[in-house]
Order: sequence, then structure tokens, then C-alpha cells
Amino acid sequence: MDITLIWYLVPALVMFCCGVYGFLTRRNMIAMLISLELMLNAVDINFVVFNRYLFPGTNDGWMFTLFGIAIAAAETALAIAIIINLFRVSKNIDVADTTQMKH
Amino acid sequence: MDYSQFLALKQEIGLLIVFLLVFLYDTFAPRKSQGALPVISTVLMLVLTLWGFCPEVKADAVAFAGMYVSSPVMVAIKNILNVGVVIVLIQSIKWANSEFTSVRRGEFYELILLTLLGMYFMISSRHFLMFIIGLETASLPLCALVAFDKNRYESHEAAIKYVLTAVFSSAVLLMGLSYVYGLTGSLYYADIALFCSTNMSVMMIVALAFVMAGFGFKISLVPFHLWTADVYQGAPTSVTSYLSVISKGSAAFAFLVVLTQVFGTLYSEAWEWMLYALIILTITVGNLFAMRQVNMKRFLAFSSISQAGYIMLAVIGDNAMGVSALMFYVLVYVFSNLAAFGVIGAIENASGKLLMTDYNGLYKTNPRLAFTMMLAMFSLAGIPPFAGFFSKFFVFTSALNGTNSVALYVLVLIALINTIISLYYYLLVVKAMFINDSEQPIATFRSACSERLGMWICVAGIIGLGIISYFYNYLLTIG
Repeated sequence: MDITLIWYLVPALVMFCCGVYGFLTRRNMIAMLISLELMLNAVDINFVVFNRYLFPGTNDGWMFTLFGIAIAAAETALAIAIIINLFRVSKNIDVADTTQMKH
Repeated sequence: MDYSQFLALKQEIGLLIVFLLVFLYDTFAPRKSQGALPVISTVLMLVLTLWGFCPEVKADAVAFAGMYVSSPVMVAIKNILNVGVVIVLIQSIKWANSEFTSVRRGEFYELILLTLLGMYFMISSRHFLMFIIGLETASLPLCALVAFDKNRYESHEAAIKYVLTAVFSSAVLLMGLSYVYGLTGSLYYADIALFCSTNMSVMMIVALAFVMAGFGFKISLVPFHLWTADVYQGAPTSVTSYLSVISKGSAAFAFLVVLTQVFGTLYSEAWEWMLYALIILTITVGNLFAMRQVNMKRFLAFSSISQAGYIMLAVIGDNAMGVSALMFYVLVYVFSNLAAFGVIGAIENASGKLLMTDYNGLYKTNPRLAFTMMLAMFSLAGIPPFAGFFSKFFVFTSALNGTNSVALYVLVLIALINTIISLYYYLLVVKAMFINDSEQPIATFRSACSERLGMWICVAGIIGLGIISYFYNYLLTIG
């Protein structure tokens, strides 16, 4: 059985949609962050697979993926730092309770 | 490798040098001379701004195999951002020297300069890899800046809301870009535009929708605006003013570049209608929510949402005049909004008050602050002869320039009606300051020298841009 392009694209899309769903439904900030990671990783899969199947021999796709991984790591580090700070101040990382500024 | 191409990055390298100087001073200067850091940073930034004006750029310069382009238009928008940053830095000197902030003030300046560097690259990029790096360099340090008030709960709440929405929006944007890459095999703006002009693909329109959603978050267009009010309220006032003018202005310009240079041929098929809906929603919803705000920072957040809608009017015309109109709008918006934030920041520093009812009777106790705020509100609402009137006028003109489309006329009509609605809530502030009486008005105080200087520059800008036509003419000739 041939593994074609679509075998990668559909799981990547499913991953992305799971990420969106998780981001919208989860109430714990760490879980939301994991959902965001799912979305970013789905993008990385897309880039690498497009590069491998449609444009072999070029460098754009996998280079973008490398940068994408680095950006995702930086974002996660920053978000976790902010979550830790928030936890120090309020002892709580549930978004449903992080609503002091809502009018 | 041809190293002379680095000369094209004149402003970027200048900014990097400023950043390094500030960083080295912050790290190695002896403790007793640390107090000079805010002034030194501001002066360095001012020098950079003047340097950006100084040798006038005539031709386009390309670097990194076409990934980076610097043209007179790019230099002009960077200069506008520089002016805004200088004003923000001047206004924040007192805040940076306050007892609570002073231990960490170096980080404030370093992060602000780094985000500006990211915005430069975002504006100048002609390749989506460079663009994404610029975008992330611009938005990640801003998340840290929003969380700057370490002991204040609101600051952290705002930061977590900002970082989650920022990452979400860049993930959406990246997903769109991955499909663009899959269709075209290239990430250069020019190659993608070439593909769009020869092939019509539904997938490309889906990708365009993703990209627009990603940008919508950055510029806070409705329905992607939900983070704006909370972040503006929770962030320290200096950061809020930076976020509302510099971040928004650069993202709007980058949006214009991407829409016209990459998806230019999809104008009538796709993005004219998407943008049409976004503009109507943004202006209307922003206005309606601004009316019921009581906190001044939240009020300005919703006002800035509706202003973002007006900025997008310059994009929807899809013509060269739109570029000039957008730059002029951003320039005027810098002065008007920073004047308002300057007053809010001065009052917050002196008395800690932020509610609109606190401003009752401000004219009797602090007439100059009240007057500055009034000018800012008039300019934001678009009352002639202040600059805001002309920026709105040019934006409307550019939206209708060379078109017979009834839909665009209807759009401008809706925008005009919304201008009148916005007059209501801007004048509410003026009414509070000048007409309403208060049992306990804000006590008379003398704002710091730096804050006054910042406000004077803003007032000069609001009046000067309104009555001197040179600036707009210049932008029109290069646009």
C-alpha cells in the first residue's frame, strides 16, 4: 500500500482541529497550552510533508519547520513563565476563575 | 556572500546598536548611575529616529536574495513607528523611575526595542519565513511586557490572555501559510502572487481566510478582538500605549503589504468581501462597546478597535493612495492616542485614578491636562481642523478612489455614521472634564517634566498635522 500525501495531511488537519477544540473547551491553562502545541505541530507536519512529496529537493519547507519548532518552544516557555507568575499571585490557573477584568 | 547587502538594513542595524548599548549600560553601569537609563534610552532612540530621516532613500534596496526589501515607503513607516516609540519612552520616564518599577526598568527598554526590531522585519519582509520570525519577535516580548507589573494580579491576567490568543492566532496564520506553501511551493511573496494570477484555487481562498484571521487577532478586528480590552486594562499604561499605537500600526501596514503583494489578484474574488464584513463589524461593535465603558483604559481599547476598522478602510480600496492614507492615519493615530494615554498615565501616576467619573471637574483643577485630553478626543473623533479629521478624510477618499462600486460607497456611509456615533462617547469624556461637577475632583498636581514634554509633542503633532499639508503630500509622493 502506498502512503500518499493525503495520509499525512488528514492526520495533521485532525490534529489541528483537536487543538482548536481543546483550546476552546479546556479550562486549565496548561491543557490549553498543550492544545496550542498540537496546532503548531500540525503546521510543522504540513510543511515537511508538502516539501517531501510535492517539492523534493527544495529547502523552504523543512527550514520553515525548524523555525516553527523554535518559535513554538519560545512561545511555550513564555506562556509557562506567565502561568507560573499567575499561580504565585492567585494560586489558581483555571481560566474560568481568571476573570476579574470583565465588564 | 555579498556583505554589502547588509547596508540595506540601515534602520535595523541602527536599532540593534541602540538595543546593545542600552543592554550593556543596564548590565554594566555602576549602581549610582543606573538612574540615567531611561533618559539614555530615550535619547538613543531619538538619535535613531533622526538618523532614519537623515539620508533620504530614493530607491529600493534588496537583501538576502529578495527576502528583505527596503523602499522609501518602508523607511517612512519605520520612521513613523520610531516617532511613536520616542513619545512612548518620553512619557514612561517617570513611571520607569518610580520606586516599584526601577529595579526592572532595563527589561522594559530592552523588550520594547526588541519588539520594534521584530516589527521592522515584519514590515520589510518579502518572504513568509522572515515575516513569521518578525511577527513572533514582535509579539512574544510584548506578552512579557504586559506581565511587567509583577505584583499586580491584573497584569498577569492580561498577560495570560494575551499570550494564549497571540499563540493561537499565529498557529492559525501558520496553518494558512502551510497550505499556501503546499499550493505554490514557495514562500516568496512574488512567487505566490504569480501563482495566484495564473491559477484559481479554492484552497488558496481557504488559506487566505486563515491568514486574515491571524492578522485580525494582531490588529484586533472584530470578531477577533476579545483579548483587547482586558489586555489594555491590565497592562501597565506605558505598555498599553505602546501596544495600541506601535503594535497596531505595524501590523496594519504588514497586513496591507501581504494583502496587496501576495493576494492582490484575489481582490475581487475573495478578500474585498471578507475585509468588507470585518470593517463594518469592527467599526460598529467597537463603537457600541466603547459607549458603555467606565474605565478609561478599557474605553480607549474599544476606541482603538473601531479606529482599526478605519485603518482597514485604506486597505480595501486596493490602490496606491491607500498606502499613503494608511501611513498618514497611523501617524495621526500615534499622536492622538499617545496624547490621551499621556494624560491617563500622568493622572494614574499622580492619583491612581482610572475611572471616567474620576475625571469629573478635571478642568477646574488641572486645566492643561483637560485641554490636552480634549484635543486628543477631538482628533480621535475627527473634528476639523485637528489632524484626525484629515486622516479620516484621506482614508475615506482612498477607499473610494477610482471605484464605481456601490458597495464601497455604502461602506463609507456606514463608516461616516459610525464617526458620528463615536463623537458621542469621545465627547462624554470632554463633558466629564469640563461640565460635570465633582465632590472630590482630582487634586491639582504638576506632572513630571518628561510627561509634559511628551504631551507637548503630541499636541504639536495633532495641530501641526492638521494644518500643515507637507506631511501628507510627502507620503503621497512616495506612496
